[in-house]
Parts: sequence; structure tokens; C-alpha cells
Amino acid sequence: MKVDFRRLGLGVAAPVLAIVVALVLTTLILLVAGDPVLAVWQVLFKVPLPRQIVAIVNEATVLYLSAVAVAIGFKMNLFNIGVDGQYRIASFAAAVFAGAHFLPGWLNIIVAILVSMLTGAVWALIAGVLKVTRGVSEVISTIMLNYIATYLVAFMLRGAAVKVEGSNATSTQILAEDSRVPGISISWLANTSNKVYGLVLLAILIGFLYWFVLAKTRFGFDLRATGQSESAAVASGVNVKRMIVTSMVLSGAAAGLIGMPLLFGQDYAYGDTVQAGLGFAGMSVALLGRNHPIGMAVSALLWGYLNQLSNGLQIGAGVSDRLVLIIQGIIVLSVVVAYEVVRRARQRLEQGRVARELAMQAAPATKEVAA
Amino acid sequence: MQKVIKTIIAAGAAAMMLTACSSGATPSATSAAPSASTSASSEAPKIKVGMAYDVGGRGDQSFNDSAAAGLDKAAKEFGVDIKESAATNGEAASAREERLNQLIDAGYTNIVAVGFAYAESVKKVAAANPDVKFAIVDDSSITADNVMNLTFAANQGSFLVGAAAALTSKTKHVGFVGGVETDLIKSFEAGFDAGVKAVDPSIKIDSKYLTQPPDFSGFGDVAKGKAAAEGMYQSGADVVYHAAGGSGGGVFTAAKAAGKWAIGVDSDQALTAPEDVRSVILTSMIKRVDVGVYTFIKSVHDGSFKGGTTLFDLKADGVGYSTTGGHVDAIKDKLEAFKADIISGKITVPEK
Repeated sequence: MKVDFRRLGLGVAAPVLAIVVALVLTTLILLVAGDPVLAVWQVLFKVPLPRQIVAIVNEATVLYLSAVAVAIGFKMNLFNIGVDGQYRIASFAAAVFAGAHFLPGWLNIIVAILVSMLTGAVWALIAGVLKVTRGVSEVISTIMLNYIATYLVAFMLRGAAVKVEGSNATSTQILAEDSRVPGISISWLANTSNKVYGLVLLAILIGFLYWFVLAKTRFGFDLRATGQSESAAVASGVNVKRMIVTSMVLSGAAAGLIGMPLLFGQDYAYGDTVQAGLGFAGMSVALLGRNHPIGMAVSALLWGYLNQLSNGLQIGAGVSDRLVLIIQGIIVLSVVVAYEVVRRARQRLEQGRVARELAMQAAPATKEVAA
Repeated sequence: MQKVIKTIIAAGAAAMMLTACSSGATPSATSAAPSASTSASSEAPKIKVGMAYDVGGRGDQSFNDSAAAGLDKAAKEFGVDIKESAATNGEAASAREERLNQLIDAGYTNIVAVGFAYAESVKKVAAANPDVKFAIVDDSSITADNVMNLTFAANQGSFLVGAAAALTSKTKHVGFVGGVETDLIKSFEAGFDAGVKAVDPSIKIDSKYLTQPPDFSGFGDVAKGKAAAEGMYQSGADVVYHAAGGSGGGVFTAAKAAGKWAIGVDSDQALTAPEDVRSVILTSMIKRVDVGVYTFIKSVHDGSFKGGTTLFDLKADGVGYSTTGGHVDAIKDKLEAFKADIISGKITVPEK
């Protein structure tokens, strides 16, 4: 039990260390920039208003789905940079399909979500196939596919766009009332009429599936094994090429879900004001949460909280919203450093423990003398 | 470690409560915005204006700065208590809504939303806060008693600078650089094309958009603007018009290097651009967002505020071309003739 506590402590130590380092560095930056440190901290540690809590949870829902999509690749040592393009092209496909209202109500929603997953999976499959057949690095190919997705969607949006009188925004057909996922009211908990995305439940389900598949299935074992040592995986009979393609497809399918809470819970269409850059934010969230289903949920909430602060910092503290981007960047950097520091500390502890036990076994007499 | 964090959080929260109790308003540490107590001491209560800028914010030398200029003018005349906030690239729609809500929470009950991206947010927040007055730039899709829609006939102004480009071009070849390919920017291009063709239908027009939505970085990427304009100058264009916000700086740099003309947008950029490139700015298509913002604040000031759409076109002097530098003096008569024809309805400028 004692060892478990220590492991738990070390596990928590890294993110906490990272956040503390980030806070200290941010304070230094504030001092250098001549910004009001106290006012900034007041904003940073202000308890969010009920409507802000809703916004944080909603943002975290989307970020979490993105993090899971990225983490599936990370676990395989695949850097799916293409989550960003995958979710945008997938959301567009879903928005066009759902906007056409071929199917009634819930059926429309469910099929549109499947369309989105399929589109994301196909887009990711391209990179997977290129990697296993031509040895193209998935980092390069997915970055390129992001650009292609951007231009392809912009081109197709021109054809699919529905003009709203007086508006300069371009978007697909707005979904009918019955094709929207109702939000979850939290008015019993806090005083706000804003609602949490109904699809927050989807994010929770995906988190559970992610944990279950990775931890409890043969496939998950193969995936983790391949990620940790490809040669060992090959030796134990894993078809690495198939694993690469499969995990890219799964990652892409998960990426297809990212835009769904936005489509069915907020925007009801895909347009030029859709939230961009979620794929990249997901990478930071996955990194901060160490690809762990619960860890990523916590880091998604933290990320959502920080994003939420950009307004408060400008309006409440009078500093640039870019400060939030700086804090986020510092946190990610600190995390990478902190994990390494904690890993080494753990290694030293382990080595020390093993050495002590060995010494005790080998020469109890010498130990007594030394003591 | 955790204890430390908890202590910090607790201390921060406590400090927050204390300040909240003492002032009753959000404590302001900015030098730009006078706090509530100073405005109370002066005779008449100042109008409290909250500005929600588009991506780029104050300092983009173009669209947002034009709005800021209107605000500054009003502040000088009526004494306005200002709170400013800008959008970040790739933010959630809820962040825009939250921005408006926080401005209201802080007591800034006259709100200017700069840019069409705010349309949905203004619609929602205006409905929930009927006492708060809103102005939204570049959108007329909202109809509410407390929302003033400020729209601009950018296509008409673009027609005139298109004519100026055509009249100036010696190579019979001009170019258009758009920031982001949205319907709004396409109306700039449509007007420009029509103006060029009105002078000489045989003139060749290059066209390039820097980014596609939802990537709005095309309004703030100097390198992309420079690359696009360089390409056009090398292929023979000698006048390039940009409707690319902050990316326009790159267009000017390219024009300077090539020794050719560029046309500015939104503000009179021969006055706002960096000094070393001002000499290459033939003229600028002026979109008087500043007049729109000023009109809104003035209407609040003298109590004449009314919801609804106000179109700022050539007739209302809401758009136009600049004459700074004197480069268009020789062709001014022709431009004025076009202007008169548009105002009289003899020429209808296309929107797309």
C-alpha cells in the first residue's frame, strides 16, 4: 500500500509541478511586461459564474473528444497531426448530411454522426495507407491533408452555402429543431439558463470506450505494445502495418466526433465562423493528461477554464488575451519537463530501493556496521 | 504542493470577494479606462462603451483601428468610459457571447461588436438584455429594438478604387488580394472588378485570397500578403488592391520593392501604414467604420438611439476613396464622375 501511495503521489506530482512552474513563470512575465500581477491573479482564481461553468464544460467536451482522437495515435507512437483537418472535413460532411434532413429527428442525428466518423476515418486512412505502403511519415502527410481539407471544405462550402439575408457569414443549411440535440439544463445546480451540450454524454462514453479498448482488450494490448516497442510487438506476432492503419482509422473516426457537440448543440450548421484549431488544442490536452482517460478529462477542463479566462483578463485585469496563450504554452512546456524530472526521480527511488534490498539480502552484517 | 495551490486559490478568491464588496464594480487596473469612481465625480455620468473587437483588435492599422478611431473621436467629444476586448483566432462561439456578457457585467451597457462573426452572439445577448444598447458592424441579419446594424457598401468604394487602378495602370494589368474568402470580402472584389471593367474591359485582373475560412489568419499574415502581391507584380500587374486587414502591410512592402502601386483598405492607409511604404499607396478604399461607431455613440449620447439597419454607402459618405499623397489628383474628375453616377443610380455596383 505504501508503494502505491508513493506512485500515486509521483503521478500527481508532475502535473502539479508543471502548473506551479507555469504560474511562477507567468508571474515573472507579468512583472517584466509591467502588467498588474495582482489583478491578473484575481481574475485567474476567480470562481467562475454559473454560465461560465457551462461554457467551460462545453469547451472541455469538445477538447476531450479531440484529445482522445490524438491519444489513440499517441499510444501507437503515431503523431496524427491531422486531427484538425479530419474534424473539419467530417463536421462539414455531417452538417451537409444532417442539413438535408433525409431522415427524421434522432435518426438524422445518429446517421449524421456516423457519416462524420466515417469521413474522419477515411481522411485519416489516406495518411495510414501512405505510411504503410510508401513509408510516408504520418506527420508530413497529415499536415498536408490538413491544408487539403481546409481548401476542399472551403470550395465545397461555396456550393453548399445557404444565404441568410443581411448576414455576411457563410454556412450550410441550419438544422431543423428536431435534428438538434437538446442541452442539459443545470438550473437545479446553479443559476443559469445556459445549457451543457447533450453530447457531453457522448464524450463520456468515448472516454469509457477508450479506456476499455486500451486496457481490457487484446487489440488494446497490441496497440500499446506496438507503441512501446515495435520490434517486440512484431516478435510476438502483431501485424504492425495493420495496427497502424487501424489506429489511424480509429483516431480519424474519433476526430469525426469533435465537431458534433458544436453542430448539434450550438451552431446547428457548419460555416466560416466554426471553431478552428481544435485538433491542435487536443494535442496539448492529451499531452497534459498523459493520454489517460481521466487525466485528459481533467486537462480538458483546465484548458477550457484557461480559454474562458481570455475575456476576463482583458475586461477585468486589462491585460492582453494573449497572456492565456502564453500560460497555456508554458504549461505544456512545463509538463514535458516535469514529467521527465518526475520520471528520473522515480527511477532513482526505484534504483535506491532495489539497491537497498539487494544490499540487505547480500550482506546484512555489513549493513549493521554501516548503520 | 496541492496545499500550496489550495492556499493560493483560497487567497485569490478571498481577495476577489473583498474587492468586489468594496467597489461593487469590476476592479479596473487599466490606465486606459477610468474607474467608476472617477466618472461619478464628474458632472454628467459618462457613457460606458464596451468594445468587442474582431481578431487582431486595436492596432491592426485597418478594420479594427477604424472602429477604434470612431470610439476615440466620441471619447474626445463626449467623454466616454471605455472597456476594450478582442477576439482570439479560433475561439468558441461561446467565447464571443461571454465577451459581451462580461462587458455588460462590468457595467458597460453600450456595446459595439466589430465584425459579422458576432452576429449570433449579439442576437442572443441582446434578447437577454433588452436594456443594453448594441451596435454590430457588417451585419444586418438581426432585427431588434436595441441593436443598431451598421453596414457598409464596400463594393461601391471598391468600384472607385478599381477605376483608379485601371486609370493608373500602364501595363493594363491589376491585382486584388483578399484576406479571407468570405462573402464580405468577395463584395470588395466584385466592386473592384466592376470599377476596373468600367474604365477598360480589356484590363487583366489577378485575384488571390490568402486563407479560407475558418482559418481567419489571412487578415493578419504579412508574409502571405507579401508573397501574393509579389507574384502579381512579377507577372506584370502594376496596381494591387488589398482587402486583407493586417496582411496588407505585406502588400505595401512588395509594392515598394517592385516600385509599383498598391491600394489600401478600410482606413486611409497613406496615413496609418508604416512611413517607409506610404509613398506607394495610390489611394485607399475608405470604409468609415469610424463614422458608424461614432454615430452609434452619439445617438446614445443625445438619446436618439434607434434599432435597425443604417447603410453607410457613397451617398452617406460611409465609403469612399482617399486622396492623401495627391497620386489620384490627375484622375479625380473621372472618379468623381463615377461617384456621381453610382449615387444617382446610373451605375449599379454588383455585390458578388
